[in-house]
Amino acid sequence: MINSNIINLLYIVSAILFIYGLKMLGNAGKARKGNLVSAIGMFIAIIAALTSNNVLQWQWIAVGIIAGAIVGAVASRKVAMTAMPEMVALFNGFGGAASLLVGWSEYQRYVSQGIVESATNMSLLIIIITILIGGVTFTGSIIAWAKLAGKIPSKPIQYTGQQIVNFAILLLLLSGSLFFAILRDVEFIGAYPLLISIIVLSCILGVSFVVPIGGGDMPVVIALLNSFSGMAACAAGFVITNNVLIVAGALVGSSGIILTTIMCKAMNRKLTNVLFSGFGSGTTSKKATGVQGEANPISVADAYLMLEAANNILIVPGYGMAVAQAQHAVQELASQLEENGAEVNFAIHPVAGRMPGHMNVLLAEANVPYEQLKEMDDVNPTIEMVDIVIVIGANDVVNPAARTDENSPIYGMPIINVDKAKTVIVMKRSLNPGFAGVDNPLFFNENTRMLFGDAKKTTQGLVSEFKN
Amino acid sequence: MGIMLVFVLVLASFLGFELISKVPSQLHTPLMSGSNAISGITVVGAIISLTGTFVVGNEVARIILGTLAVFFATINVVGGYMVTDRMLSMFSSSKKEAKK
Repeated sequence: MINSNIINLLYIVSAILFIYGLKMLGNAGKARKGNLVSAIGMFIAIIAALTSNNVLQWQWIAVGIIAGAIVGAVASRKVAMTAMPEMVALFNGFGGAASLLVGWSEYQRYVSQGIVESATNMSLLIIIITILIGGVTFTGSIIAWAKLAGKIPSKPIQYTGQQIVNFAILLLLLSGSLFFAILRDVEFIGAYPLLISIIVLSCILGVSFVVPIGGGDMPVVIALLNSFSGMAACAAGFVITNNVLIVAGALVGSSGIILTTIMCKAMNRKLTNVLFSGFGSGTTSKKATGVQGEANPISVADAYLMLEAANNILIVPGYGMAVAQAQHAVQELASQLEENGAEVNFAIHPVAGRMPGHMNVLLAEANVPYEQLKEMDDVNPTIEMVDIVIVIGANDVVNPAARTDENSPIYGMPIINVDKAKTVIVMKRSLNPGFAGVDNPLFFNENTRMLFGDAKKTTQGLVSEFKN
Repeated sequence: MGIMLVFVLVLASFLGFELISKVPSQLHTPLMSGSNAISGITVVGAIISLTGTFVVGNEVARIILGTLAVFFATINVVGGYMVTDRMLSMFSSSKKEAKK
C-alpha cells in the first residue's frame, strides 16, 4: 500500500485540477483545455483510489471500468449534436445511480461485517441521504432524458392531488429515514426491507418530481439534476470519508444551482414556478386571449425575392432547427446572404433549444463564426433597423404575447422582439403551438410571412435559389 | 474528522458559486456537461467500495453493487468528458475559421 499521505496529496492535486478546469471552462478561449485539465484531475483521483489499498477486487473493478468506458465512449461519439441535452441528462442519471449504489454497498459492508449495531446514527443517516439524492437524480434524469428524446410525451403529466402525492412520498421517505438512522427502531419491518423501501421510494420520487414538468422547462430541470448529482457525489464522499468526492461534488452542486438560477432568470420565472406549476400543460393557454387573424403563407421563391432585396438580416434559431438538423443548411444560407451583400447576424435567446447555449453549440458545429452569434440583449435595442428576421424553428422565445398578454403563461419572459422588425419570415412545419403549448400571435401579424415546411428542406431550397 | 469534512464542503460550495457566476451564456452547455463529468467523481467512491478484504461467496451482493457502481460512474466520467470535448472542439474550429 502506498503511504496514505501520498494518496491524500494526489487527491488534493486532483481537486486543484478540478477547480482550475472548471474555471477555464467558463472562458471561451480556454474551455477545451479546461475540460482536459479536469479530466486529468479525474484520472489522478482514480489512480489514487486504485492504489489506496493493496487488497482490492481488481477483476471486478476492471470489468466495471472497461465496460463503462466502452459504453461512455461509444455513446459520446455516436450522439448527434442536436441530441446533446438528452445525452447529458442520461450521463447525469448514471452518476446519480452510482452514488446510490455506493451508499447501498457501504450499508451492505456493515451488514456482512456485522457492524450495523455499532455504526453511528450519523453514518447511517449519511448513507440514507446518499441513497435519497442518488435515487432522485437517477430516475429524474431518466425521465428528463425520455422526455427530451421523445420516448414519452414531453407535455406535463398531471393529475389531481399530484402535489399531495409527492408530498406524501417525501414524508414517507423522511419518516423511514428517521426510523432507520436516528431512532434505529426497525422492528416493524426489518432493517433491510426498510432500506430497500427507501431506495424504491427515492426512485419513485424522482419520477413523480419530473413528470409534471413540461419539456420546455427541461433545461432548468437538467441543470438542477446536474446539481443534485454533485450533491449525491458529495454525500457519497461523507459515506466513505473522502475529501476529493466532497470537493468535486460540492463544486458541481453549487455551480449547478447557479446555472439553474441563471436559466430561471432568463425565463423570468421562479424555480418553484418551474417545478410546481405544470407550465405548458395547455390548460392555461386556452384561457388566454385567443389568437385571431390569418397567417400569410409564402413560397420559397417569394422568400428568396424578399431576402435578395434585404440588407440587414437577423436569423433567430430555435429547437426546430435542431430537430430538422438544419444548422449546416442555415450556415450555408447565411454565407449566401452575405455574398449577396447583406449583413447577417444570429440572435440567440438564452433558453433557445433544450439546453442553455444549445444553439451556440449547433451553429459552432456548422462553422458559423462566433462573432455573428449575438445575445438577446444586444439585438433587441436595434431590432427596428432589421429588414428581415428569419425565425427558424423558434416559437416561444419570439412570442410577443410574453410582452403583451397578461393571461399568457409565458407573460413576462424576456423575448427577442422580432415582431418589431420590418418583416419576419417564420419557418415552421405547421401553425401548431410550440413545445410549451402556447399560441403565438406573431404568426398572424401583418408583417409576418409563414414559410411552411421542414426547416432543412426549406433552407436548402433558398440556398439553391441563391446559387441559380 | 466529521467537522473537517463539513468545513471542506462549505468552502468548496462557495468556490463553486464564485467560479460559475461570470460565465457567458453560450458556454452554458459545455459547462453543464463538463461539470456533469466531474460529478462522476463518485467513481472513486465506487472503486473504494471494492477495496479491502472480501470473503468471496459471502459477499456477492457487495461485489455486484460495487461493480455496477463502477460501471455507471465510469460511463458518467468517460462519456461526460468526451462529449464535452467534442462540443468544445467545434467552438475552437469555428474560431479559427473566423480568423482566416
